Amino acid sequence: MLTKITAVEAKLFFREPAVWLLTILLPTFVLVVVGLLFGGDPDPALGGRRWIDIFAPSMVVMTLAILGVNLLPARLVKYREKGMLRRLSTTPANPWFLLTAQLLVNMAVAVVSVVVLIIVGNVVLEIPFPLDPIGFAVAFLVGMSALFSLGLLVAAISPTTGIATALFIPLFALVMFLGGVYLPRMLLPEFLIRIGDFTPPGVQALLDAWSGTSPQLAQLAVMGLITVLAGAVAARRFRWE
Amino acid sequence: MNVIEVTNLVKRYGNHAAVDGVSFTVEEGEIFAILGPNGAGKTTTVESISGLRTPDSGSISVLGLDPRRDRDELRRVVGVQLQESELADHLRVWETLDLYASFYPAPRDWEGLIEDLGLADKRNTAFRKLSGGQKQRLSIALALVGNPKIAILDELTTGLDPQARRDTWQLIEDVRAGGVTVVLVTHFMEEAERLADRIALIDEGRVVALDTPAGIVSRVDTEHRLRFRPSAPIDDALLTGLPEVRAVAREGSTIVVAGTGNLVQAVMTALARQQIVANELRIEQADLDDAFVALTGRKLAS
Repeated sequence: MLTKITAVEAKLFFREPAVWLLTILLPTFVLVVVGLLFGGDPDPALGGRRWIDIFAPSMVVMTLAILGVNLLPARLVKYREKGMLRRLSTTPANPWFLLTAQLLVNMAVAVVSVVVLIIVGNVVLEIPFPLDPIGFAVAFLVGMSALFSLGLLVAAISPTTGIATALFIPLFALVMFLGGVYLPRMLLPEFLIRIGDFTPPGVQALLDAWSGTSPQLAQLAVMGLITVLAGAVAARRFRWE
Repeated sequence: MNVIEVTNLVKRYGNHAAVDGVSFTVEEGEIFAILGPNGAGKTTTVESISGLRTPDSGSISVLGLDPRRDRDELRRVVGVQLQESELADHLRVWETLDLYASFYPAPRDWEGLIEDLGLADKRNTAFRKLSGGQKQRLSIALALVGNPKIAILDELTTGLDPQARRDTWQLIEDVRAGGVTVVLVTHFMEEAERLADRIALIDEGRVVALDTPAGIVSRVDTEHRLRFRPSAPIDDALLTGLPEVRAVAREGSTIVVAGTGNLVQAVMTALARQQIVANELRIEQADLDDAFVALTGRKLAS
């Protein structure tokens, strides 16, 4: 049953070209444009890396933010508002299956999007592949879980699409800002950079792993904690109608 | 055999009792209508039967199951069509049916359902491109795809044009002929009168009458009305003198006679004696609307 629902949700995701083009190609497109315009030369102040090498993880943040605190919760709120979750709960299918299916689809899309980003970044801009691939995968999964949990929390506590949107917009902007998407993080004040180290999806941990340093455990632990707390509240508060 | 037994069902929202002591039973194979004005507690009642709401008190048994405790089992044998529930915009008709069929242990052949519901040419159409009537038919199909023993259909013809409504009624009769017990929620008197074997007339959370449509109507001692245009002018006294006649009114050249008993016979005989013919004769008899007014003092639907 879950397999079938997941397959259907995946089909639905790809039936809206604007949605999947945005999530899968936009971060890569921005990276390439910015890279070609301001790629820069290796800078001793950046440990011999180029500016674009440091900017790349922010595009991972962008992908995760679009999916986790925008598309995923917006879709769930819409499903609830249209009575689809309620409709499902009159059948032997559990509405939790639909929620799980949505999570799986969005996570899979995030993975694909980041793989595309890494490969295109490497081919076009010669950005190295993550030097600590396992650390990168861990940081990505932990960061994604934390951010998606926050998205689910918003979906859980928002009775209407209007309220959900009112909550998503600042949350989305904050995640993008602290993740260095709007302004490169090196231009942010020190305290915002430190905060951004610990807020989902953890841009610093991604950068560390990409550059070959192990992500810091404290950062991963904070995001793990956010996942557990936000996920637990979301699960308790989630309403099907 | 009773397939649904509802006893003293009460459901409150705050201080307001939406359902206030409702009891009825539904027999296997019948079409049972729950009829009443908007806000009477019809939907709350059937949502409690389908396990979507927890009653404050009273008991419900559906095929021997408790809708809350035996949720999972209930869902396999009861098909529900909800008011105002939509489906995924971009999912096609056949995909939606295929998905819902996959939820049930022994689903119906959904290809056949598509045919039966007249959706064959919309098979590959996305939900959002369907008309209101087509969406409604798909929704009914989803309530039937699991091969239920009982189908609960809430306001199934609301928003349909008259032709689509009649088609849907035919469909419900076919569903019943296939052995499914149907519980119909409606505020259309005509729908209940046409389809239902028995009706629970509900007002303000209470059952005000529970009978066959004819039984409910006959319970109310209402008068008939006779309208006609006389072929020659007549004096009211000719009619008011008859014991069956209670009132005579004129609407232009039309005369409206209200009364009880063998009114038609009495009036026709009186007219014939004066060699007057009743042109454009119409007889208006009490219907469920009148019965509802008589039972509650209010109109059923606007």
